[in-house]
Amino acid sequence: MTEVLEEKTTKLVNLTIDNLEITAPEGTLIVDAAKLAGIDIPVFCYHPKMEPVGMCRMCLVDVGMPMRDRDTGETIMEKGKPKIQFGRELQTGCTVSVSEGMVVVGYTEKVKKGRQDILEFLLSSHPLDCPICDKGGECPLQNLTIGYGSGESRFDLEEKQHLAKHVPLGDLIWLDRERCIQCARCTRFQDEIVDQPVIGFQNRGRKLQIVTFSEPGFDSYWSGNTSDICPVGALTTADFRFGARPWEMQASASVCNQCSVNCNITFNTRREAKSGGDLVIKRAMPRQNEEVNEVWLCDKGRFAYTSVKKDDRLTQPLIREGETLVETTWEKALDLVAEKAKEAGKEMVSLVGGRLSNEDYFNINQLTAHLGGKSLLNSEMAGGDLVSQVGLGTGSNIADMGQGDAILIVASDLEEEAPLFWLRVKQAAERGAEVIIANARETRADRFAKYKIRIAFGQETAVILSMAGAKEGIAVEFLADDAKVKAAAKVFSEANNAVIYYGSDGLGLSGSEELSKACAFLLSETKHTGRPNNGLVAVWNKANLQGAWDMGFRPSETLAADLKNAKFAYVVGNDPASKDILEKSLKDTDFVVVQDVRLSETAEIADVVLPAQVYTEREGTYTSAERRVQRFYPAVPAPEMTKPDYKITAKIAKRLDLSLEKIAASLVFLDLAEKVADYAELDYVRLAEVTEQWPIIGRDDLFYGGTSYQNTQGLGKQISPAIETETIKYEAFVPSVLSKKDEFLAVPVTTLYDRGSTMLSSEVLQPRIADPYVILNTADAEKLGVEAGVQISVKLNGKTANVTAKLDDSLAKGIVLVPRSMGIPISDPGSITIKAK
Amino acid sequence: MANFERFNPIPILKGLYTTFHSTFFEPVVTVQYPEEKRPVSKRFRGRHHLRRYDNGLEKCIGCALCAAACPADAIFVEASENNDDVRFSPGERYASTYEINMMRCIFCGYCEDACPTQAIELGDQYELSFTERVQAIYTRDMLLDTVDELEKATPRKVEPGAFDRSIPMMENPD
Repeated sequence: MTEVLEEKTTKLVNLTIDNLEITAPEGTLIVDAAKLAGIDIPVFCYHPKMEPVGMCRMCLVDVGMPMRDRDTGETIMEKGKPKIQFGRELQTGCTVSVSEGMVVVGYTEKVKKGRQDILEFLLSSHPLDCPICDKGGECPLQNLTIGYGSGESRFDLEEKQHLAKHVPLGDLIWLDRERCIQCARCTRFQDEIVDQPVIGFQNRGRKLQIVTFSEPGFDSYWSGNTSDICPVGALTTADFRFGARPWEMQASASVCNQCSVNCNITFNTRREAKSGGDLVIKRAMPRQNEEVNEVWLCDKGRFAYTSVKKDDRLTQPLIREGETLVETTWEKALDLVAEKAKEAGKEMVSLVGGRLSNEDYFNINQLTAHLGGKSLLNSEMAGGDLVSQVGLGTGSNIADMGQGDAILIVASDLEEEAPLFWLRVKQAAERGAEVIIANARETRADRFAKYKIRIAFGQETAVILSMAGAKEGIAVEFLADDAKVKAAAKVFSEANNAVIYYGSDGLGLSGSEELSKACAFLLSETKHTGRPNNGLVAVWNKANLQGAWDMGFRPSETLAADLKNAKFAYVVGNDPASKDILEKSLKDTDFVVVQDVRLSETAEIADVVLPAQVYTEREGTYTSAERRVQRFYPAVPAPEMTKPDYKITAKIAKRLDLSLEKIAASLVFLDLAEKVADYAELDYVRLAEVTEQWPIIGRDDLFYGGTSYQNTQGLGKQISPAIETETIKYEAFVPSVLSKKDEFLAVPVTTLYDRGSTMLSSEVLQPRIADPYVILNTADAEKLGVEAGVQISVKLNGKTANVTAKLDDSLAKGIVLVPRSMGIPISDPGSITIKAK
Repeated sequence: MANFERFNPIPILKGLYTTFHSTFFEPVVTVQYPEEKRPVSKRFRGRHHLRRYDNGLEKCIGCALCAAACPADAIFVEASENNDDVRFSPGERYASTYEINMMRCIFCGYCEDACPTQAIELGDQYELSFTERVQAIYTRDMLLDTVDELEKATPRKVEPGAFDRSIPMMENPD
């Protein structure tokens, strides 16, 4: 156990806690050392992820040190043992670090009395409404009161404070002012961990209260975490308000599918009367994985489950009869699909989205290959093949990066695209890693970056190539002379370890492809490949795009034409028809099969619709952007007639004389491991392995780490990049320069709270959704006579939309930021015309 | 022929005496059930009731501690939020679903003991018979006491801020 901490420091000290002799690394706090030894020291304000403050005084212990002779400095011995001198007063175990020979005692009457008194004080104004409190049952204050309290109060109950019990701190978090015990975990989390101090203390002493400074209230993507670490029921989440009692729910392990970080989560489920007695998901909680999401979750990931509705699910295969889709049997639907697929043969195309599991991708790709068709990916990012060559080396953990390491973020608003990556890079920066940012606009990551290279949209590839140094055949050098680029390039190439995160800020598919090549080249040139904590990370905008690439799917520049020319399109888990151009070409496709969970726009024009299962209803694996393969488990039962995607594909394949595994996802994975080299050493058992993690979180001691779940279902395995030593060749090319025929250039950017289906169909997240907007430069807006917040009319790709104008000083002139999934379809940078109304 | 020498009339007369005595001189103990019913004992544990405060508000706050205490897992509770415009019970929380499966219930009374507001009480009713299993599930509406005045019925609109405590205030011990 101690080895987790030992790695970080070399010197160990011996000490005694509650008569148990233990060894702990020097500098460890007493509470942590005790935790390692399996001894509980109760805490409220201390959290292993944050700096100690010693505010609650619950961790009082008696600390003794060996006495030393004043003259000689030698330890005074008594009966063959060092003589221990205890302090006059009790000390807080969370602020004192261990030292050689220390004796810590937590069981004497003095200590017990001290803790009892602290609890009595804390409870003097606590409402004790545990029966109606959402924290009741998993509440540190409740548990510690039973364990360490005196059982009675000497305070006058008449003098209990009565404060507001129902304060909306933000749209997602409720505050009960009476319950707060002023431990400051929430305010410290917002300040220290996520650098967004939007909540804080107001007033002092007994009048102290938590308030929010932001508009809208508690404006942070991380607010849900404060309710996990709140040691009382003061902060509770809106989705789970009176949802169920903690002991009534079952827990099932899963992986968040909102972005490519693939945070580990636990779904809590319970039967629900309004769903007719069905098992439903009541809340999503973080599940500890110190190499992925630690114990945190972003709010979108936490509340995304609320968007899955039972009513709009596809529950029957549908078949086209004239203008309408009518219900049919599986047999009939599959027979027809197989017949048409056979007719199409090589002229079939399978088009997949980014949220299927590896098993689904594998089976679909096998079927497509069998027919000789094309396996296409509906995505606007490229580079997955390069990630599989120069991706992070096995054993990478951003938490190990620090002094002497470098992290380069290019074309990515990391917090919006993959919140947990942002958090992990921020922490690396705090440990001393040099963060280099090459973005065309300001992002929240700039605050901890040492080197901020402000480029223009379209220069992403150029800046990376410039950092790689002038090489023969590479046409761009126009940034190489920039002092900042030079300095950053030096830091990057000299770093012990270096990681590049490239995103999709302002990039379409072709731009993304160029950028990924340049990034791979830079890594290869600077020898930052094939080792742990070195390599390329594509900040995908969907959960399992890396898996799709690994299984053989590729995005297509000519997707519209590909669909148009195909005789048979097998569209799985995506909605191409939501884009006008693709809808047109799909109408020209002879036969369209849609396999999805909802009746999407594409399904409405399809010839056959096959009902699939949502990822919470089935088993599978995802591959994260860091190429960690992780398992998710079924949490709730699936509607009767639906089937998992891999099974539907296998059933079609069977009719085409191709035998694919269909019994279980684990068996599909065995086939997959046989055929896909990178996955060769994996199977479901290995993916479910867990090792000890530090800090110890989520067991019986909720007071220590909060209500995050312990990970007992698997930490996943990171797969190694295919090429460990070989270098990446960079073909000479001239990066495409963004042409600006018109006055304004629209560039696509990602925002976490978009207007995608997850956000729109979740009642909890809905208040956080913005109206459709674009961001303009302030000077440009002035010229157009547009003020912040007014409605303007924009025309993009022949489509006109009315949107709200937002202004930004830091944006380059002539640039208009158009958020993806925000009501205005945009895939590539392009001209936009703006009219003030 | 009957053997009269061996005939002893005494036992049969004793028996006839008992019948005669109990018919004419002993109090009647037979209860004409179901027309007549004997009162149950004070501590009898029959069918549950969800009680109301005098003002008509429901005592149950949907805390589900009864369900937690239930050894037979017979109780299912779901809570929802309450406010002054639509008020069922004092405070923020009320039981929007409350079901007891009487076929599972063993009438141990632990739910009564667990209840922090004395909302659930086991009453006198012991005549629980069903022709279908689903009838054994007593819902919230079946368990809740009726109100005698219409204005006391729940949900109802109340004056703002009058009922902000779910659990009655604690009082100082004497």
